[in-house]
Amino acid sequence: MLRVIVRRLLQLVVTLIALSALIFIWLRNLPGGPVDALLGERATPETRALLTKALGYDQPILVQYAKFMQRVLTGDFGNSIRTGEPVTEVIGRAFPATIELALAAMIIAIGLGVPLGYLAARYRGRLLDNLSIAGTLLGISIPIFFLGYLLKDVFTQNIHWFPPSGRLSTGLDNTNVTGFFVLDGLLTREFDATADALWHLILPAFTLATIPLAVIVRMTRASVLDVLNEDYVRTAEAKGLRHKTIRGRHILRNALLPVVTIIGLQTGALLSGAVLTEKVYNWGGLGTLITDSISGGRDYPVLQALILLAALVFVVVNLLVDLSYAVIDPRVRVR
Amino acid sequence: MSDPITRPGVAAPRDGADPTGTGERPASATERGIGRLGDRKKARLDELARASADKGGVSLVRDAFRRLRRNPVAMFGAAIVAVFILVAIFAPLLAPHDPAQRFDELTKNLTVDSIPGASSGFPLGSDPLGRDFLSRLIYGSRQTLFVGVLATLIGLALGVLIGAVAGAFGGWIDNILMRFTDVMLALPALLLAISLVAMASKSSQWTVILAVAIVNVPIFARLLRGSMLAQRESDHVLAARALGVKQRSIVLRHMLPNAMTAVIVQATLTLSTAILEAASLSFLGLGDPDINRAEWGLMLGVDGVRYFEVRPELAYYPALAIIVVALGFTLLGEGMREAIDPKNRR
Amino acid sequence: MSLLDVRDLSVVFQRRGERPFTAVDKVSFSVEPGQTVGLVGESGCGKSVTSLAIMGLLPRRGNKVTGEVFFDGADLLQLRPDDMRDRRGRDIGMIFQDPLSSLNPVVPIGVQVAEVLERHRGMDRKAALKEARELLDAVGIPDPTRRLKEYPHQISGGMRQRALIAIALACKPRLLIADEPTTALDVTIQAQILTLLKQLVDETGTALIMITHDLGVVAGLCDTVNVLYGGKVVERAARHELFARPRHPYTRGLLDSVPRLDAPRGERLHAIRGSVADNIPWAEGCAFAPRCDNVVDACLEGTPPLEPTATGGDLRCNNPVSEEVAVP
Repeated sequence: MLRVIVRRLLQLVVTLIALSALIFIWLRNLPGGPVDALLGERATPETRALLTKALGYDQPILVQYAKFMQRVLTGDFGNSIRTGEPVTEVIGRAFPATIELALAAMIIAIGLGVPLGYLAARYRGRLLDNLSIAGTLLGISIPIFFLGYLLKDVFTQNIHWFPPSGRLSTGLDNTNVTGFFVLDGLLTREFDATADALWHLILPAFTLATIPLAVIVRMTRASVLDVLNEDYVRTAEAKGLRHKTIRGRHILRNALLPVVTIIGLQTGALLSGAVLTEKVYNWGGLGTLITDSISGGRDYPVLQALILLAALVFVVVNLLVDLSYAVIDPRVRVR
Repeated sequence: MSDPITRPGVAAPRDGADPTGTGERPASATERGIGRLGDRKKARLDELARASADKGGVSLVRDAFRRLRRNPVAMFGAAIVAVFILVAIFAPLLAPHDPAQRFDELTKNLTVDSIPGASSGFPLGSDPLGRDFLSRLIYGSRQTLFVGVLATLIGLALGVLIGAVAGAFGGWIDNILMRFTDVMLALPALLLAISLVAMASKSSQWTVILAVAIVNVPIFARLLRGSMLAQRESDHVLAARALGVKQRSIVLRHMLPNAMTAVIVQATLTLSTAILEAASLSFLGLGDPDINRAEWGLMLGVDGVRYFEVRPELAYYPALAIIVVALGFTLLGEGMREAIDPKNRR
Repeated sequence: MSLLDVRDLSVVFQRRGERPFTAVDKVSFSVEPGQTVGLVGESGCGKSVTSLAIMGLLPRRGNKVTGEVFFDGADLLQLRPDDMRDRRGRDIGMIFQDPLSSLNPVVPIGVQVAEVLERHRGMDRKAALKEARELLDAVGIPDPTRRLKEYPHQISGGMRQRALIAIALACKPRLLIADEPTTALDVTIQAQILTLLKQLVDETGTALIMITHDLGVVAGLCDTVNVLYGGKVVERAARHELFARPRHPYTRGLLDSVPRLDAPRGERLHAIRGSVADNIPWAEGCAFAPRCDNVVDACLEGTPPLEPTATGGDLRCNNPVSEEVAVP
């Protein structure tokens, strides 16, 4: 078991190093490159040469990369071109917002998706099943930013149930402890802030949850259908066990194993979706940061760090999922 | 990362969910009546039958086609795709106006806060620049098809090349190529596309197409390699090898054609995600900057959301078009998957 | 009064847009307390569907069950689903063909035994596990304490089937239904499992319905044998009677197709022509007619009735194998 973890961790490190090298080399070889990005196209050759030397871009690419990695390992990703702040600070500020949004979306996707998928399988071929199939197909076919605008239009313009954008109402004074506003409110006992943050969270979270929800429903349904045909479910019925026991211990415990894998892979959909959702609701997280770093002149240091961070999150989450698999499925443990 | 094929919007290849809920019922009373009793033996027979059908390959494809034709939901998807392609081909005949032309009748009433709706000669009204919205929608099918197909084809070609080389040679070549795809798969799809476009100094139609294509390269590569590896152990390839058929000939004549079916299915599903991803890039301001070009993703992602409160139809129609076409490709693709691998059927 | 009295049990599978298919056709038989009754036939002849219908385990949709199944005086088919649920596992236990797939792969063996006791005997987990240990010991599983915590994939096929027997007998049911309990096992293990079943049935006085295609199993275990073909009982006889004087050509065919060590060298095995699947849906006449050597015109016109024989059994045949001919 330990050996598997170590091997996977090594693989992870190798993957990340390779990715960072790719991004690094790519950025240095762009037409124009970061110097143009900093100075704009009208800079004189002299200033360009000066800056190139100052930034160390005249050195061999491998040396540059080694220096870059050296700084990265000490947590220094350079400064944002746009604001001049350290990249880590810029990202650190936006990080909790996105995590809060992604967690909320995942809670919605799992909390609704698993029961819905189970019921669809249980009542296969009936109205609920057909509706859920139609819903999941629509879910993976709709551009989620459009869905976001649609929800926003209905729930904030036509019926004023939710606020249209942002993470907190203006004028509301909250104490920032962790950056997770819902949690902050609880920690500081400013429950009005928690309520307000949740109120702001609902629409974006539902928007972001669309694709993971659709995928989880489909996966759960397919998996439960498989398990329902298994002999051990028949055995459980032959034992006269209660519905509850059969559903929990015999059907779901088996059916959810493949769903766990899918949930890990949905981290990718969440990160992608966050970029779109955050733009729709002006959320101010990593997604917004990416959009801003692109549109306001390309802010390469920030982008570079964001891409590596996204890859890190995605790979780590999937590693954790694989490891958790070994814990919940006794058949994996023997290996 | 056990299953690289699962990307947002692309269901896992083995998830087996039946989009239709109408999974075909057993054809004969035999299958139905015996149900679970004779299952084991019947399964063994079916296996034998499949193995013998495999040798020809032709009958397998023909069988798959027959199953596909009998699946009403897949045929519905196929009909959507067919209509979409026909509209794209005959757009000049169908559209009442030139999509790039600005009409005085439309521009004179046009302000930032009001975009004219339907009027005589302009059934869907104006777009934000005083052009005929209906004509742009119809012509939009062309560009959408062009972007989707090209992105998918480029992704498929590169992916198949990498996958085939890895699958055919194995060993260290396989190892290096697969590590490479791992690195690409470590980034979520849209983020990878965003990074690719962002790193180009300025975006164009081609950066969008290439970005979406490259995102799909590792998926195709993994898929092809996986099914080729499976093929390598299969009976008919072993038989060919035992008979002394050359390696190159085995790869080209036996392994590749069989593995390609899975790839074609994935390509159909990819067409749907490619169109959605192109729309997302447009929305993020990384799309095609050409304001004359009519493309649904562009129409939805730029004008549609910008004027959502002024005239939501500008978003509704292209969005509807995208949803329907994406749905069409998804239904067709999943129908094909079921038809090729009846075991996956629900 | 019989412990189990099945009267005119029919199961018709019916799916939308398809012709209905009768898998079990007016099957009647009874089981006395402590008796062992065999249901014999090739796969597809309705044995397992019969047992699932008795247990109320057929899918809720897509089939119609008619007739009566009296157990202890109550018609099981009329019971509310929850009442039936109370009886399953407590009054009637069942074991299945494939011990690996019949055990939940992600739940320890101990829990899978204990949960029956918790459900029907109201034990708490601790007491139930203690009892489960005793049960595993009783069915001959070595080192039962350790096995309690193990998962099905960690123990051998024979042990899995023993565990399933322990589960089925946990609540000391009055009737045990064994559906091909040895088919998926190695030959040497088969004998052990049969011996165990026989021993447990004798010790506890549990009645047993043995479902099998293997006449060898029947020979060693059953008091009465029902031979099924095409969803119908075609012959019923006491065990020794059936083996000594098979009357129905199908029974005869089944006996002839068993390899025998005492057969003369060079003699070929007699197989029954064709297979069950060739002749579904059953023809208008006798279902066995297309495969029968003794077929006469009447066989093609209608199903012959099940009539009592002189030896106390029942037979459904127009032209039975003559009584004088002994099994070669």
